[in-house]
Amino acid sequence: MKRYLPFIIVGVVGLAAVGSGTFLYRTKLNANAPPKISKTEKEAGGQAVHALGPDNAAVTLEEFGDFQCPPCSRLSEPINELQKKYNLRVIYRNFPLANHKWAKDAAHAAEAAGRQGKFWQMHDLLYREQGVWSQSNDARALFEAYAGMLQLDLSRFRADMESPEIQRQVDVDQQRGAAIGVKTTPTIFLNNQALPANQLMPDEFPKAVEAAVKNAKPSS
Amino acid sequence: MKSAKPSSAKPRMTRSRLQAIFYTVAAVISLIGLAEATYLTALFLSGETAVCGQSADCFKVLGSSYAKVGKVPVSGLGALAYFSAFTFATFAGFGYARARKFFTWTVIAMFCMTLWLLYVQAFQLHAFCRYCLFSAALIFLLTGLVVARPAAETQEN
Repeated sequence: MKRYLPFIIVGVVGLAAVGSGTFLYRTKLNANAPPKISKTEKEAGGQAVHALGPDNAAVTLEEFGDFQCPPCSRLSEPINELQKKYNLRVIYRNFPLANHKWAKDAAHAAEAAGRQGKFWQMHDLLYREQGVWSQSNDARALFEAYAGMLQLDLSRFRADMESPEIQRQVDVDQQRGAAIGVKTTPTIFLNNQALPANQLMPDEFPKAVEAAVKNAKPSS
Repeated sequence: MKSAKPSSAKPRMTRSRLQAIFYTVAAVISLIGLAEATYLTALFLSGETAVCGQSADCFKVLGSSYAKVGKVPVSGLGALAYFSAFTFATFAGFGYARARKFFTWTVIAMFCMTLWLLYVQAFQLHAFCRYCLFSAALIFLLTGLVVARPAAETQEN
């Protein structure tokens, strides 16, 4: 028996390592899985729009967000959960505020990731890690690190971050928001109705979405 | 007169016990390293970021181009190395003489790689990742054991 013991120990440890690694990988993969419908569409003006959920969803949630705004970060996860729960259509538009040092760069980073099909992954990452990069002296280096973690083509990511198209995309989002009266972030529209500020609290927000879903589906 | 018997039995006991303790410690250290490297590899492959409290350094290091070789994460190579070290330490602990040599060479290779990664963190990235530093500490411990081992074994002989 003693002769086989080292083989047994090594085998068990090897299996445990592979098993736990696979389990962790799957758990993390499910947690970070991109939504089933996630795409970048073109609007009438030829501008890209980042949308989750089906085109014909009963409720469309349109958010004007700033990646450096803490309330936007607090709403990010609830929006993801509600999108899955009610199959909402979620549209994200950039509205970087001037008083946030890295907000515009973060918007560019998300758009640059979008060019490689990972806008929403970068969106979630930027919100999740907001506390880290927003206090950094060199947030752009961190955005590149995030791009690395998302396994993006880094040279393309860097070039896209600087590209006039990406910067124009962010400006157009911002102009669109300003044109319809957006002044602060987050500003959220549910089926084109702006939510009042008191309904943007993490406790109240799900109720507002639930109400919008109920109104959109008249009881039979 | 009485001490003659125990003195002849004692070295044999000490030798095997020391050897067992030495390789058990080495195997436990390798196991801790394996757990950490497996965790980092799973995070890397799933696209998740490893968080180091409020410090941004982990992202700078783990998201850098130095964190992978081709498409393979360095943490994956680390997991493989730790598993090899664990395997060789286990077999050496059970008296397989050749496993001791393999264990030594594996630890030397890991030590060299660690020096390179520390250099990269200090002089290329100007950021230190806590996970990497912890792993470096484990490898220094393993190296220390390897360096100390011949003396212990010579003493026993």
